Amino acid sequence: MAAIQAFGAYLPSRVVTNGELASRLDCEADWILDVSGIEERRYAEGEESVASMGVAAARECLDHAGLKASEVGMILVSSGSSERRFPGPASAIAHSLNAGEIPAAIPAIDLPIASAGSLFGMAMAAHLSAVHGNVLVIASEKMSPIATREPLERGIAPLFGDGAGACLIGSGGPVSIIDSVLHSDGAFADDLRLELDGPLAMNGRSVILQASRKIPGAIGELLNKNGRTARSVKVFLMHQANQNLMDRVARALDVEAARFYSNIRTYGNTSSASMLIAAAEWWRNAEHHVDDLICFAAFGAGFHWGALLAQS
Amino acid sequence: MDNQERIIAIVRKVSNQAATPDPEESLFDSGLLDSFALPDMVSELEREFGIKIPDSDLSPRKFESIAKIQSYIESRM
Repeated sequence: MAAIQAFGAYLPSRVVTNGELASRLDCEADWILDVSGIEERRYAEGEESVASMGVAAARECLDHAGLKASEVGMILVSSGSSERRFPGPASAIAHSLNAGEIPAAIPAIDLPIASAGSLFGMAMAAHLSAVHGNVLVIASEKMSPIATREPLERGIAPLFGDGAGACLIGSGGPVSIIDSVLHSDGAFADDLRLELDGPLAMNGRSVILQASRKIPGAIGELLNKNGRTARSVKVFLMHQANQNLMDRVARALDVEAARFYSNIRTYGNTSSASMLIAAAEWWRNAEHHVDDLICFAAFGAGFHWGALLAQS
Repeated sequence: MDNQERIIAIVRKVSNQAATPDPEESLFDSGLLDSFALPDMVSELEREFGIKIPDSDLSPRKFESIAKIQSYIESRM
């Protein structure tokens, strides 16, 4: 059975408060907090890129796993905010991690599917690790240049931040992966999209309406399939898109909102990186017990969505 | 209560406002429905009318006004 061996994360040091954005958006800082649950976010600076943030998260993950980069057999990199059309950041990240250690020819694959990309990467890694050994899943997003593209939109600019997360999946580790469900539906592809050189386009009503149904639906489907209940899950590690959405999913599953780990107040929505950043923080700070159930879930552009069940 | 009155009662409940919207008025533009009240309204409509609204029909445009909601609901009954 595939298992998660470690998590890692990287957040840029520059903190951008609601106050800083409010003056540019001609609104009150408290309004941003009220409508989004976000108080501040991190922005990449200078030379920080999708690849460099991904490398930093990957290195922390490998350190936590006690492994060298040369012991990784495959790299999967999720990003919807890559700076160029191709190649994506996966090969650059593999090259940087190489540093004379990682075998240069291991496959490094991009997953350019935005918010749900890290979940899809984890689910794929759980299967691919049987063939490729340790699979490093990295999600790195530099959303700030996209979200703050002129003209600024109040409904988009304050929501997003930059950062990266990583997890290492192999044949053994502290968290066994039990099962996953993944879904895609292109009928609503236009409702959340980033055109080449265009602004981020989001039909917020459609996104929330679909996510409010599909996330609890996928979690319920996964739990039922494995004979578990939502109340038996210790923690839900969900894509950090919106605090109201997480609270709504908790209500739909009839569990207390506190079981949904949340850091959106301090990092905003870091797209596909958010779930792994949340996982890394939660793993570092929480008490862990044998047999604790952990449920990952994500929803995003595509629409792509799903859930993954694991057990410590 | 006829169907329109039942729908208005649901809109009042999820919006927490005692408004009587014009049947053709946009519930979004009038501020009665926001992104999070919309899924609540859909759930209430399913319960009230005993129907299951498929995800493929969950387009905000279908639920933009009392008249559009009524038309959609009656097509499912």
